[in-house]
Amino acid sequence: MKHGKYPLLAAFLLPALGLYIYFVISPYAQAFYISGTDWLGLSDTYNWVGFDNFVRLAKDEYLRNALWHNAVLMVLLPVITIVLGLFLASMLNVGGGQGRVRGLPGSGLYKVIFFAPQVLSVAVIGVLWKELYNPRSGLINGGLRALGLDSLTKTWLGDPDVAFWAVLAVMVWANVGFYVVLFGAAMQSIPRDIYEAVALDGANRWTALWRITLPLVWDTVQVAWVYLAILALDGFALVQVMTRGGPNFSTDVVGQRMYDVAFGEFKFGEASAIGVIMFFLTLSVTVIALRLSRREKVEFS
Amino acid sequence: MSAHEVSRRTVLGAAAAIAPAVMAGCAVGGGGNTEKVEGQADAKNPLGVKDDAPLEVVIFNGGFGEDYAKAHQAMFKENFPKVTITHTAVTEIGKTLQPRFIDGTPPDVINNSGAGQIDPGSLVAQAQLADLKDLLDAPSLDQPGKTVRQTLLPGAVETGTFGDKVHILNYAYTVYGIWYSKKLFNDKGWTYPKTWDEHIALCKQIKAAGIAPWTYQGLHPRYMSWPVISTAIKFGGPQVALNIDNLEPGAWTSEPMKMAADAWHQIVKDGYILEGSSGLDHKQSQTEWSKGKAVFVSSGSWLENEQKAVTPADFDMAVGPTPSLGAGDKLPFAAIRGTAGEPFIVPAKAKNERGGKEYLRTMLSMKGAKDFTQKVSSLTIVAGSAEGVQLPPGLKSCVEALKASGDKGFNWVYPVYYRKLERNLVDAACGEFFSGRIGPQEFLAKCQKGADEIAADTTFKKYKRSA
Repeated sequence: MKHGKYPLLAAFLLPALGLYIYFVISPYAQAFYISGTDWLGLSDTYNWVGFDNFVRLAKDEYLRNALWHNAVLMVLLPVITIVLGLFLASMLNVGGGQGRVRGLPGSGLYKVIFFAPQVLSVAVIGVLWKELYNPRSGLINGGLRALGLDSLTKTWLGDPDVAFWAVLAVMVWANVGFYVVLFGAAMQSIPRDIYEAVALDGANRWTALWRITLPLVWDTVQVAWVYLAILALDGFALVQVMTRGGPNFSTDVVGQRMYDVAFGEFKFGEASAIGVIMFFLTLSVTVIALRLSRREKVEFS
Repeated sequence: MSAHEVSRRTVLGAAAAIAPAVMAGCAVGGGGNTEKVEGQADAKNPLGVKDDAPLEVVIFNGGFGEDYAKAHQAMFKENFPKVTITHTAVTEIGKTLQPRFIDGTPPDVINNSGAGQIDPGSLVAQAQLADLKDLLDAPSLDQPGKTVRQTLLPGAVETGTFGDKVHILNYAYTVYGIWYSKKLFNDKGWTYPKTWDEHIALCKQIKAAGIAPWTYQGLHPRYMSWPVISTAIKFGGPQVALNIDNLEPGAWTSEPMKMAADAWHQIVKDGYILEGSSGLDHKQSQTEWSKGKAVFVSSGSWLENEQKAVTPADFDMAVGPTPSLGAGDKLPFAAIRGTAGEPFIVPAKAKNERGGKEYLRTMLSMKGAKDFTQKVSSLTIVAGSAEGVQLPPGLKSCVEALKASGDKGFNWVYPVYYRKLERNLVDAACGEFFSGRIGPQEFLAKCQKGADEIAADTTFKKYKRSA
């Protein structure tokens, strides 16, 4: 590169960096500071209280309840979404036909269908499913009744034993399409002759999926895992639209707690403390997930 | 590249170094020294409004819209033609105005309403609101010989009273009760039940007719706490409400509350609630009710407006008080919960505080109130302002119910003091109770636990009322 590349680089980088610092870093830093105060968010007066907010939160059973839900989500959401995503992606891309490597018939259409939720905003998805779950006129109970399965109808979002799973199902539904496409792209890059070779050796589709496809898309699975784990720590938007954490706190998540404490109780110091806790949780989960799923890279020769 | 590679650590370190500098544009803010604009007070201008100072009004653009406010502003201009009024209508009051409170530059009048309202208890606790006493003691704009306070319905001021100050003017008058279709009752030959036994007998009859007697806003079950508490207050007298509002120990597990919860448990036990109600939100359940799938629903007088689009033309909506438990009730059957809602506030740091109060005085004139009732089909706290105005059936029944209730009307205000207690804690308990997962004893214990939590939480400012 010629001389004078630094002014050019700076011209490109600095405005973006400035915006990033002002709109991302600075609010984070402020949240850390506010979490040590008793600021109530409506005046410019507040007192420094040190770790009081954290001490109180440590004893808060509602927060503990919400954290537990996030923990369950963090285990189940990635597992279900990735397994389902891998299965569907392999069906669409490498599952069809003996000998020739391609997807099942009609896979183009299915790709569009699976991906469709991605173009909907989270709020739309929430409202949509709220109506589907409507115990009286919703499609789900309606379908069950039409099939004569009346005993399986539920009040869904109104039943604390069911509501959490109902929300989890929506999260999977909303996300799996993206991972189908992501895994699909990774599978497309696997050389076709490998499949032809194992087919000649007598491997069936499951063996091919387990021994060939999975190891070769492992990098992508790893990325998916991190994304989904972070997503599971949030979950706020869907919960806010569909249940607001109810019934009886059975779908409460940390994000919803933070929202309620901030905009319901106007305790911004305490809400920021919840935000700080979330920040560290997300950070540790990301690090742990990356470490755990680290594996030797497979090189195509 | 390697020599120039910037590690993540360096970036984070640099960011940490820069951060304090950036904190200048900080959320907790500061500054905003407000100089009040004030004029000379006289008989025509009792609040001393400066006659050419600008006035800023922010209206919640919800069920009532914003046209009524523009009419009030025109009335204000009749008396103060040189004042320029800035009118803004928004749906998210809290998100729009929170930064301005922090900066110390709030508008002069705010209609602090809607789901995104700023928690009134917090505003008061942080001394952000002006005391409205001088407004209430000023002469009425168009009712000679009376102060503004004297023109209001009983109980109108109390929901905005915190300690010895009045901080919120709740302008609309809301009636809470049990809603039904008069037409359905006429068609079936039913009469609205006055006692609990009559109520249960009627429920039995309704169920036999193939209709569900009750439905409720399953995902917002706190709506059902209203008839329970009302029943208890009518049985035990206003002291029941006072104890709940003042977070007295055992207020929720008192004898009247036990009687009321036991009674209401019956509609759960005997299956008098529309199947699936616990999974419906307020719109979904009320729509089932409008469609005639259920006979009763608990709500406030905003229901008629809310259901406008789905109400059949001949529905003939009406409200009734909760049935009396028995002859021993301290309040008569006709006693109904009426309260002022739709909060208007004047911020303590408003530049034109006097103008803000004068604006409220304009709203509280007979002319202003009548115009409001006409435009948005809602009662106001100005006594007699609904007379001579054409009212829809639901609202007409509210006027009649209020007349019958007279000075026996009652109310409670703990949701204003401690929003969380009703919105989260009592709400969750109601959900468990009315879906039949817990019994009356556990229900009250759960409410009491919530109240005790609030009482023990020093981060909530506490209020007491004595009447």
